[in-house]
Formats: sequence, structure tokens, C-alpha cells
Amino acid sequence: MDQARVEQIRRLIVVAKRWDTFFVVLGIMSMMFGVLMFVTLFVDMGMKGFSRIDWEFFTSFPSRHAAKAGILSAWVGTILVMLVTAMAAIPVGVAAGVYLEEYAPKNWFTAIIEINISNLAGVPSIVYGLLALGLFVYQFGFGQSILSAGLTLALLILPVIIVATREAIRSIPQSIHEGSYACGATTWQTVRDHILPYSSAGILTGIIIGMARAIGETAPIITIGALTFIAFLPTAPFTGDPPAGMFDWIFAPFTVMPIQMFNWTSRPEAAFQLNAAAAGFILVFMTLAMNGLAIYLRYRLRKNINW
Amino acid sequence: MSSLDSAAITTHVSQRLSKKASRNIKERVIEFIMLSAAAFSVFITVAIVYILVKESWIFFQTVPLTDFLFDTQWTPLFDDAHYGITVLLSGTITSSVVALLIAIPLGTIIAIYLSEFAPFSVREIAKPLLELLGGVPTIVYGYFALVVLTPILQWFWPDLPGFSLLSAGLVMGVMIIPYVSSLSGDAMRAVPMALREGSYAMGATRLQTALKVVVPAATSGIASAYILGISRAVGETMILAVAAGMQPNLTFNPTEPGATITSYIVQVALGDLPHGSIGYQTIFVAGLSLMLITLTFNLLGYWLRKKYREVY
Repeated sequence: MDQARVEQIRRLIVVAKRWDTFFVVLGIMSMMFGVLMFVTLFVDMGMKGFSRIDWEFFTSFPSRHAAKAGILSAWVGTILVMLVTAMAAIPVGVAAGVYLEEYAPKNWFTAIIEINISNLAGVPSIVYGLLALGLFVYQFGFGQSILSAGLTLALLILPVIIVATREAIRSIPQSIHEGSYACGATTWQTVRDHILPYSSAGILTGIIIGMARAIGETAPIITIGALTFIAFLPTAPFTGDPPAGMFDWIFAPFTVMPIQMFNWTSRPEAAFQLNAAAAGFILVFMTLAMNGLAIYLRYRLRKNINW
Repeated sequence: MSSLDSAAITTHVSQRLSKKASRNIKERVIEFIMLSAAAFSVFITVAIVYILVKESWIFFQTVPLTDFLFDTQWTPLFDDAHYGITVLLSGTITSSVVALLIAIPLGTIIAIYLSEFAPFSVREIAKPLLELLGGVPTIVYGYFALVVLTPILQWFWPDLPGFSLLSAGLVMGVMIIPYVSSLSGDAMRAVPMALREGSYAMGATRLQTALKVVVPAATSGIASAYILGISRAVGETMILAVAAGMQPNLTFNPTEPGATITSYIVQVALGDLPHGSIGYQTIFVAGLSLMLITLTFNLLGYWLRKKYREVY
């Protein structure tokens, strides 16, 4: 091969390699763009809101005076709504996931359920809010209560929990099932003694991710007509006169963290923006902590389990 | 003696059998409970459709469909009421386009980089970080668009109003990046190694392999990632309610404020509309339109995955 031709090929390679390097730089920059945006957001809220975050902020009700306003009714409301959400979504979601993996025959009905679940995951969250407004608030007469909000968010995260349960179960090798059936166990015994224990960490990861999503959801709860200004607490759960009074709390009006933040963000006064920043910082911190826990669990899981 | 023996055996066997029968009943009951839980998801869909269609049906008794589709004003709460969904649709389309102009290029580049270029350790760190980006509550993104991004944009562009579809759309784009990048990245990693090795063996560089072999082979997955992104953008609510203003505005200019289908629902829900009024029904009509749009995209994505899936 003559020298000129070799030179030409070398040049071609250099050019192609340069494009490679260029793309790596572009890729890293794109990633940095997203991450930087997030860091800016977090640091900005932290810096603005830091002056507001103190003990008073957690123990005061919202107020017309920005400097006196706090998030007491908001975080209490968030915890109570999450309690209802967890109690409704976890049993139904896990049971549905187990059914689809362990019991479901391969027929049209199962196919409908599967398509339906993947479709539900794509429904915008505000549509769940409309469903809840029509069904829970008016049809069932639950009103604008903790119960309505909790059930709405439960419907919203149901697909997340079902999908996570199915994936966790699918990662258990078939030989575990076969071993259990060979010893004469019934399906339920297999599920109870083997499938659920071995998939529990994976299911837990899915539950945490679902709950982290539910904590930040604003639109569906606004849609059911939650009030934005609540300056009292619902009665503490399970403390009223039994049996009826025990559940007084689920019919109480409420507000939650994201709604409180929305309320402050939409006010024109700059002082309220500081409150919004503080509430946002706490909200992001909570979702980050939950997502971080889920990621850590998943990492531990992958590392520790060797079938 | 022998008759006593056989009697004992018979009792024993019948005891075992009866225990088994009860066990079978228990199994059946549990299976039925599990089935109900799974079927509950179908009930949710039916309930959504029922509620939306029921209220919309009442709405269309008073407002003709042609007015709904072709009127150019949306003023349902005024005395001179107009119900032209195109006004809200224009806001939804404009903000979604802005968001997708950010999310699709960046998401695709990140996916190609992470799947074809990045070393294992970078991928292990970057994926969860990006997931966190998608896990931030949207109300926080809305705050960010209104309080941080809009002033920055106004610095470059003094005429930009305090509420704009542009700044809401840009932040929405950042929110959607992780959805696009993680799904299309999964599609690219599902392309078998042999195809890449073949390309490298022909002397192609990493970038040439990525763009000419891996991306075409993963087209159906990438397309469905884009469609998921579109459906997220159309359904996004809080960012637009906070940062885009909520005035209905028939425009495709992103530097103007505008209302979207979703932010209209929030606006009405914040007020105190009596149950059963026509204003109350408009949010269900808006919801039904939204549902139809996202359903169309979801079905399109499903069909694309089925039709163009490469089976290796």
C-alpha cells in the first residue's frame, strides 16, 4: 500500500476518533445539565429556606403573617394521608402482583388485567383526582377528607406496587417453586413460606418508591377540593371513643405538604416565597431520602442474593 | 380384630381427606381474594371512564360538540360562556413541544452515552442520580420555574412575562429527561453484543456503531420512550399551574402565558364550584379530552413496540 493511501486512512481514523471524543464530552455535558439543574434547585431552596427552618416552623399552623406561618397541619396531614394510602395500596398491590405471577391462568382475562395495569401507569395523575372527586367525594360521600385523599393516592401508586411485586417474584428461580410443590405444598403455602419472604426486599423497594411519589403528588389532591388553609389538627388516629370515634380522623379536613407549598408559591409576597422554599426543601429532602433508601435496598439485594 | 383395624384405618383416612378438603377450600378462598385484588385494577379503569363520560354526557346536553371543538374562546365561568377546547389544547401543545425539545435530544444523548460509552462505574452512579431527578415532586419544579428560571430568562429577554409557557416547558423538559433516557437506554442495552462486535470488527468507531447499528436496532424501544415522554408532558399539571399562569390564551407562542387542560382543572378545583353546575362538568370534559389524548399515545406506543420489535 502506498504511503499516500496510508496517510489518508490515518486521517480518516483521526477524524472518526475525534467525533467519538466529541460525543463523550456531549454526553457528559448533557448529564451534567440535568444534575446541575437539580443541584441548583436544591441549593437555591436550601439557601432561601434555611432561615425559616427551625422548631417553630414545624410546630406552627399556617398564618397570614409569613414569618409566623408553619407547616404543622401540613406534615401531620401528609403522615395521616400516607397512612391511609399505605393501608389501602400495599395489600391490594401485593396481592394483585402475586396473583398475576403465581395463580393467573394464561387466558384473555389475565391478558386484559395486564394491559390494563400498564395502561393505568400512563394515566395522568390529575385524572385520578377527577375519578376521586366524582366517586369518593360525591358518589360515596366521603367528602374532602383524609380518607378520600389517601384512597386517591393509593389508586395512583397501585400500578407501581404491582409491577415491583411482579418483578421481585420473577427474580426468584423456578427451582424454588418446584422444590416447594414437590414436597406437597399448596400454592398458598408456597407463596406464604417461600415467594413472599424471598421477594420481600424487592417488594419493599417498590412500596418505598410508590410512597415517595405519593408524598409529592399535588394535582389529584387539589382536584378533590382539599383546602389550602387549615389551622387545626384532625383528632389523633385511634384515640376517639371506640368503636365509631376511632376513625373520626379519616373524615377530617386536612392539608398536605405539597399543597401548603403550592399555596405559598402562588402568593405574590416575597416573604411567602421563603416559606415555599423551606417547605420545598423539606419535601425534596423527604423524597430524596425515600428514593435513596430504595436505591440502597436494591443495591444490597443485588449484591447479597446468590441463588 | 381385623375389622377393628380396618375401621381405624378408615377413620384415619377420612380424617386426612377431610383435612384436605378444608385445605382446598382455604386455597380457593385465598385465590379468590387475590383474583379480586388483580381485577380491582380493571375496576379502576371502568370507574375512570364511567365518571368522566357521565359528567361529560350531561355537559354535551347543553353545549354542542361543534362549539366545543371549534370555538376559539374558553370562558366557561363568565356570563358569556364559551367552551372552545382548542384554547386549552394550544397551551398543552405549546408547553409540551418546548419540554420535548429539551427532553428528547438530551435524553437520547444521555441514553446513548450511558449505554455505549460510559464505563460500568459511571453508569452505576448516573442511573440512580437521574432517577432522583424524576422523583422530585412536580410542585417543586413549578416553584423552580417561577422563582428561579423565569428571572434568569428575563435577564436575557426583558419582555418575557412573569408567567410563561416557555419557562414552565423548559423545566418540564428537565423533569422528563430521566423517563426518556432510562427507557431508551434499556432498549439500547437489549441489542445483542454480536451486532456491536460485528460493527467493531468492520472498523467502525464507538459513535458509528452507536448511531448506525445500535440506535436503528433499538428504534421501537426508543420510539416508545419518546411517546411516554409526550404523554408525561401532556399530563403534567403542577409546573404549568404554578409557572405558566392560568389565563386561557389561544396561542402557539411559548413566550406568552397560557392555560393548559390540566392547569384549568386545578384552577377550577381551587375555587368553590357547586357540584352539578356546568362549570363543575367542564373539568370532567377537560379530563376526558386529556384521557383520550394520552390513551391515543399509549396505544400508539404499544402498537409500535409490537410491530417494530426486533426479535433476536
